[in-house]
Amino acid sequence: MINETLYNLIITIIKIIVVLSVAMLHVAFAVYFERKTIGHMQRRLGPMEVGPHGILQSFADVIKLFFKEDLVPASADKPLFYIAPVIGIAATMVSLSVVPFFNGFAIANIKVGLLFLFAMSSLGAYAVILAGWASNSKYSFLGGMRSSAQVISYEVSMGLSLVGVMIMAESLNLNDIVAAQQNFPTRLYIIPQFIGFVVFVLSAMAETNRVPFDLPEAEQELVAGYFTEYSGMRFALFFLAEYIGMLVMSSVAVVCFLGGWGLPGFIYSIFSGSSIFISILEVICFLFKLYMCMFFYYWVRSTLPRYRYDQLMSLGWKILIPVSVFNILITGTIKMLVQ
Amino acid sequence: MPGTFLPSNYIGIAIFLLVAIGFCVVSLGIGYFVRPLRPYDEKKTIYESGMEPIGEPRQRFAVKYYIIAIMFVVFDVEAIFLYPWAISFKKIGLYAFIEMVLFIVVLLIGYFYAWKKDAFEWDK
Repeated sequence: MINETLYNLIITIIKIIVVLSVAMLHVAFAVYFERKTIGHMQRRLGPMEVGPHGILQSFADVIKLFFKEDLVPASADKPLFYIAPVIGIAATMVSLSVVPFFNGFAIANIKVGLLFLFAMSSLGAYAVILAGWASNSKYSFLGGMRSSAQVISYEVSMGLSLVGVMIMAESLNLNDIVAAQQNFPTRLYIIPQFIGFVVFVLSAMAETNRVPFDLPEAEQELVAGYFTEYSGMRFALFFLAEYIGMLVMSSVAVVCFLGGWGLPGFIYSIFSGSSIFISILEVICFLFKLYMCMFFYYWVRSTLPRYRYDQLMSLGWKILIPVSVFNILITGTIKMLVQ
Repeated sequence: MPGTFLPSNYIGIAIFLLVAIGFCVVSLGIGYFVRPLRPYDEKKTIYESGMEPIGEPRQRFAVKYYIIAIMFVVFDVEAIFLYPWAISFKKIGLYAFIEMVLFIVVLLIGYFYAWKKDAFEWDK
């Protein structure tokens, strides 16, 4: 019994180390990928100097930030100022522990996975609000206020947009949702739940403060928004939290709408002998979909201008919420009729 | 393990939480020894486009934020209330479905009332 517990514990720790290092490398690569994508969309090359085609640029940036002076404003609220980036990192990173990267692999395969993700994304808002408040700067304060209103507005539509998926899969466990999609005729929930998918994508962009909803850090009006006063490694932590947040939102989209690790059925029958090979293919499939979602983020960023704040609010409250409630009613009615 | 309140699955989350906090502490802690720290008064003032800061930064803010917060509480509780219904959709059947439609309709009445009262108009 004790041996078994110890064994499970060691397995869990190994999983955590793997997921954490993948997430860190992902952030380094995602920043590079973003700069390259946007660069080429604007007909320039993006980073080219550090390493071949600038591939080591992110590492150079991290090392630079590591050696930068860490300034704390004299008038800042010190404890809150220190704790804000830690909350941001902890909340977004812990969200990764319920994401199934292949069949059955998740650090914590809990039954309320989706609910846990929502809870953590709500906690992430605290980091932004506390940072804005604690900095005691006007720009930070405005950024924090904007962000709090924006994040809670879009959290409602995000929560409602996934109810359709829950009705279809009848589970909150992310692995079960993927498995349910495997048994569903169209194999991907994006086809029956297209409305929910669109609402989710828009809400996820607002939740992670990305363009076109990046009002909290609008450079032209608020300098850098809620992290104006942060420098050096503390700034890097906010940056990390934002990119891991994008990773989490993309993986929710992949899991709930794009079939997660699910491969086409014939691959399972061809390679039915080796489960390891299938697992590797599933990871590749998951990551490929994930990077398609990340690419979509960058594509939108280099295409669309920023929303105005009142437009942002009316989009969230007047369009996305009624549409997602409508989607729930339609999904429920159809499922009732099919039974 | 049936019968335990804290399934062993959640231990992974707890460990991951500690690792994440530890990551922040370690990365900031190691940096403390290698980065310069030469603050003086001008450096430690808050940034206000190069000017001397004017007035108190934490000023009064629009009452709209409170209204949005109240609306959020109402609708987020609604969303959470829909989750248990959604995941036991087949088990509880038609009766629960009609009940839920009634609940959503009642909520929509409140929603349109708030809309009429300009709760979602930011610039009014």
